[in-house]
Amino acid sequence: MSLGLLLLLLAVLTVLAHVAGRRRAMRLVGGDLRKLHSLPDFYGRTTALAAAVPALILILVWLIAQAPLLEGRAMGRLQPTDITAERPLEAVRADVIRLADGLARLASAGETPAADPAALVEQLKAHGLVLQAEPTPGVLAAAESYRAGVVLSKVWLSLATIAVMALGFLLAWWRISPDFRARNATEGFTLALLVGASLIAVLTTVGIILSLLSETIHFFRLYPAAKFFLSTTWNPQFAGGSSLGLWPLVWGTAYVTVIALLVAVPIGLFSAIYLSEYAGPRLRGVIKPAIEMLAGIPTIVYGLFALITVGPLLRDWIAQPTGLGNSSTSVATAGIVMGIMVIPFVSSLSDDIINAVPQSLRDGSLGLGATPSETVRQVVLPAALPGIVGAILLAASRAIGETMIVVMGAGASAKLSLNPFEAMTTVTVKIVSQLTGDSEFGSPETLVAFALGLTLFTFTLVLNILAQIIVRRYREQYE
Amino acid sequence: MSGSLLTQDKRTRARNAAEARFRSYGIVAIILALLALVWLLISILGNGLPAFRQTMLTFPVTLDAAVLDKADTRDPQALAKVTTITYGKLLSRALSAELAARGIDAGTLTDKDIGSLISEESAAQLRDKVLGDPGLIGSTITFQALATGRIDGYYKGRVTMETAAKDKNTSPEKLALADKMKDAGILAMRFNPGFILLPDASDKRPEAAGLGVAILGSAYMMIVVLLLSLPIGVAASLYLEEFAPRNRFTDLIEVNIANLAAVPSIVYGILGLSFFINFAGLPRSAPVVGGLVLVLMTLPRIIIPTRAALNAVPPSIRDAALGVGASRLQTVFHHVLPLAMPGILTGTIIGLAQALGETAPLLLIGMVAFVKDFPSAPPEGLFDPASALPVQIYNWTTRGDPGFVERASGAIIVLLVFLIIMNAAAIALRRRFERRW
Repeated sequence: MSLGLLLLLLAVLTVLAHVAGRRRAMRLVGGDLRKLHSLPDFYGRTTALAAAVPALILILVWLIAQAPLLEGRAMGRLQPTDITAERPLEAVRADVIRLADGLARLASAGETPAADPAALVEQLKAHGLVLQAEPTPGVLAAAESYRAGVVLSKVWLSLATIAVMALGFLLAWWRISPDFRARNATEGFTLALLVGASLIAVLTTVGIILSLLSETIHFFRLYPAAKFFLSTTWNPQFAGGSSLGLWPLVWGTAYVTVIALLVAVPIGLFSAIYLSEYAGPRLRGVIKPAIEMLAGIPTIVYGLFALITVGPLLRDWIAQPTGLGNSSTSVATAGIVMGIMVIPFVSSLSDDIINAVPQSLRDGSLGLGATPSETVRQVVLPAALPGIVGAILLAASRAIGETMIVVMGAGASAKLSLNPFEAMTTVTVKIVSQLTGDSEFGSPETLVAFALGLTLFTFTLVLNILAQIIVRRYREQYE
Repeated sequence: MSGSLLTQDKRTRARNAAEARFRSYGIVAIILALLALVWLLISILGNGLPAFRQTMLTFPVTLDAAVLDKADTRDPQALAKVTTITYGKLLSRALSAELAARGIDAGTLTDKDIGSLISEESAAQLRDKVLGDPGLIGSTITFQALATGRIDGYYKGRVTMETAAKDKNTSPEKLALADKMKDAGILAMRFNPGFILLPDASDKRPEAAGLGVAILGSAYMMIVVLLLSLPIGVAASLYLEEFAPRNRFTDLIEVNIANLAAVPSIVYGILGLSFFINFAGLPRSAPVVGGLVLVLMTLPRIIIPTRAALNAVPPSIRDAALGVGASRLQTVFHHVLPLAMPGILTGTIIGLAQALGETAPLLLIGMVAFVKDFPSAPPEGLFDPASALPVQIYNWTTRGDPGFVERASGAIIVLLVFLIIMNAAAIALRRRFERRW
């Protein structure tokens, strides 16, 4: 039975379980509602939940555990000669799974697989499946075993699901009596679900930290931590012997972030001041959403904008005439485009914060004869300063963690240079390139991405927490 | 100092000038921000709109049985043995025959050169058509073939006679022939539904590349995100807002959620790679993995507006429900939640829109791979390899042929249209159902 059908059956049976539970409760009291502890629907809900929830958990666990178990069993059928230098275990594993998929397609088309390997390859080609290598008997046996395992696993999953549903239903059905506190039972269960849902947020953080930490530790076993943190060269090599120094990447990240802030802070701050202190409600109602649109545009759009518009423009009009560089990807390109992206982060939060400054402060200043701009500069801004610093920190954290703009706009060469029209690279760019490259997963060249990820995570976390503390302090001051 | 109140002294003039300057800084800042927005949109629209129109060649093709089905049995096995190369030759001959019939002088160009104006993808399309309906063999059909990327680029201003002279994939003679065909009505720019519907094509064939697999992959991911993040997000918010006692533990959860919302998206990609793919053994490039990563990323962005919406429901509603004997869960599920629903849905749609445009985490879980086969129907299809809209855009920008830049910009227009629809739905929902207590 396919997964979709199984889930559909599960849904139908759950509804039936609900009806059955409700009916049983009503029949036990002869239709007299007053004799039941809870409303009849709650009895239905207990049976439905008892039938559905364990079955759903079973399906989930089964799906997660199935692939590794079946693979392990299939790999056991391989012969030692199947794994050679040019086709290592990973490649053979992929072959087996592809071949198993091909056999499944043949079976569903009603064809018998050809006995001769070369003919089998041709036969699979006709079904749109190209094999990397002609299958050896061992690979064929493994693929057969894998395919049989998948088929068998489907049958057993269906049977097990139905059995678990029946068991859960019967237990709940048997528990129903007029005195059974069905409402308390279902509500306790629902509340447990709610608690579980809110725990997912914590689990995500734990997952992030664990996955980053474990692979980073793995990395530092292969590569000295001192070199990672102190070296100023970044030069990964396929053959090994790479130098993986953090500093060129941190420098690129910091440089891009600074340029982004140089663009975003004046524009964002002055528009926030104008919108909150000068603009009327109608102008504000138009301009504010328009500026906030900049925050809703996906970063890939900014990336393309940097790549095809801003990059060539800066190169042709500034970098080449002044002789500063001739690359269309540069720190300046990425910085300017990223600056545009973070304008709304600065302007919206600053706007909120300036609005939170009590009107009495403004009235006092204006009443003493100050002009509106003097009020802003000498009263409102000093009062709002901590909050604005918080907003800028948030924008900086956003810029540091941004990936697509720098991947497409900043370039890939790790350099320590002051020239903004030169291509440099950032932490996020290198995470992407090291993890999407062709290096083997266990090599230091790949694992360094996790150490970079941990660095990035720590940096942004510290900035965020700092910003939150500052903004919160500031808010409390005027509440 | 004596002076009239009606004439401003020097100091007042200076102060007023400073005032005007300060105001103009604000106006300039706003204009700069809006200009950036307009510049961005114009650049994308200008580059991307041509992707929706494609240069096509329309001419009659005789599906000669002697070429396509030598045994004349219409046996599907035998027909499938005929490769796209044969179909390509058939198309070239048909096009030169049409040129000869219309009296267009091809100059020094051979049949093969003429055939090279037709996209290689068209031969495959014709083959699929014939295999789908073997009855066509022997008849003459009017076939609409794609012109190659270079010819298409010529009519979109990407290729000129000068660049063509240096280009080994085309020549000025071919472009001149294309102009003649255009005058004869064989060649024309048409709306190109294939850009939305067809799967991606290889590096050499930008003219045939489409967004079909990417749109479907993104749709699958959005299904996963909606089905998981809405219930989990609402459940978590309900617990935190309505039931949780104020203690260290709930404080921890709250600080956690606030920080998760600000974690860089690429970190979620690393989590997806090491947990879902390396640890749980889920397949690479699968929409289900992309969906799960986006769920984790979207959850805090749904929880925050949902809690605000729940918080906005006045306590009197809860008191009234509790007062007539509802349990706390009944109060919440029967009264508070329905009243907060518009706000929750608005937040969810905006969260989904953000997830739709997210690229970086999907790169890390292998969705950048070249995928030409459509995934099958869900739920099994969720485990098939697929692409996603933003990743497809990135993928196209990394390719050599300049035709893909236009495709990438066109794909961004598609992405932005989806986002505008989602955001408009969110705004409409808020306008229609928002209530002030």
